[in-house]
Amino acid sequence: MATESGKIDPMYQFEIHPLVDFNLFGYDISFTNSSLFMLLVLGVIWIFMAGGMKRDIVPGRWQMAVEGVSGFVNNMMSSSIGPEGKKYVPFVFSLFMFILVANFMGMMPFGIVPGVHTFTVTSHFTITGILALMSFSIVLIVGFWKHKLHFFSLFVPHGTPWWLLWLIPVIELFSFMVRPFSLALRLFVAMMAGHVLMKVLAGFVINGINAEALWVAPLVSVPSFILMIGITMLELLVCAIQAYVFALLTSLYINDAVNLH
Amino acid sequence: MDAEAAKLIGAGLAAIGAGLAAGGVGNVFGSFLQGALRNPAAADSQQGRLFIGFAAAELLGLLSFVVAMILIFVA
Repeated sequence: MATESGKIDPMYQFEIHPLVDFNLFGYDISFTNSSLFMLLVLGVIWIFMAGGMKRDIVPGRWQMAVEGVSGFVNNMMSSSIGPEGKKYVPFVFSLFMFILVANFMGMMPFGIVPGVHTFTVTSHFTITGILALMSFSIVLIVGFWKHKLHFFSLFVPHGTPWWLLWLIPVIELFSFMVRPFSLALRLFVAMMAGHVLMKVLAGFVINGINAEALWVAPLVSVPSFILMIGITMLELLVCAIQAYVFALLTSLYINDAVNLH
Repeated sequence: MDAEAAKLIGAGLAAIGAGLAAGGVGNVFGSFLQGALRNPAAADSQQGRLFIGFAAAELLGLLSFVVAMILIFVA
C-alpha cells in the first residue's frame, strides 16, 4: 500500500477479523470483532438505561442523566414533527443512543492492553447503510400508510408554477432517493476520516521517536503528539455531532412522511 | 504519466475539496454566531437549523475525502 507511514498502516484498524467461525447454509455469519463491539455497545446502553429507570420522584444523578438524554430526543421530535412525533421517539432514541455509544466506543483507549484493538462499529458502510435504510423505510412505510398514494404529492411542493411541473418532481424525487446514501455516507466517512487522521498522526509520533536522527523526535513527534490531543477532543465533539445530525435528519424525514410539506 | 502517480495527484487534488468545505462549515457557524449575537433570545430555537446547514456543508467535504480514498485504495 502506497500510503503506509513506516510500518504503521492507518487502514488496519478497520479490518474485520472473525473471532468465532459460524457457517449457515453456506453464508459466513462468523462472530467478528465488529459483532463483539456491537454487543459491547448494547451492554453499555443497557447498563446506562437500567441504572436510570428507577422512576424516583426526586431523581438522582444517574436518573437525571438518562432523563436528560431522553428529554433531549423528545424535545427534538416534538419541535420538528409536532405532537405526533411522540410515536417515533423510541426509534429515534435507540438510533441516537446506538450511534453515540458506538462512536464513543471506537474512541476508547482499549489499545493500551496488548493484542486488543478498538473497533469503531460506525466506520463501516454496511452498518451505517443498514441504519440509514431503516430510517428510510420507516419514512416510506409511514408515508404510504398514512397518506396512501397522496404521499406522492411530497414531490410537488406548494406553489410550483405549471410550466415547471415537468422538472421539479424529478429533482424532488432525486433528492428523496439520495437521502439514505447521504445519511449513511456522512456518518461512515466522518468516523473513518477521523480515525485515519489519528492513526497517521500516531504514526508520526512513533516513527519520529524510532528515527535514527536525534533531532526528529522533538521536532516532529512532540508537536504531532500535542496536535493529536487536540484532534482527539475534536473527534469526541464530532462523535456527538454526527449522532445528533443523524437523529435530527431522521426526525426531519419522518416529519415529511407524517405532515407532507 | 505513471498511473500510480496520477492516482496520487488526483487524491491530492481531491483534498482541495476538503479545504473548501472547511470554508463552508466556518461560514455556517460564523453566520449563525453573527445572527445569534444580535438576537441571543432567538438563538436557541435555531440550533436545529444550524446543524442541518452544518451537515449539508460537511457532507460535500466528506465526499471529496471519499474520492481521495477511492483513488488511493480502490481505483
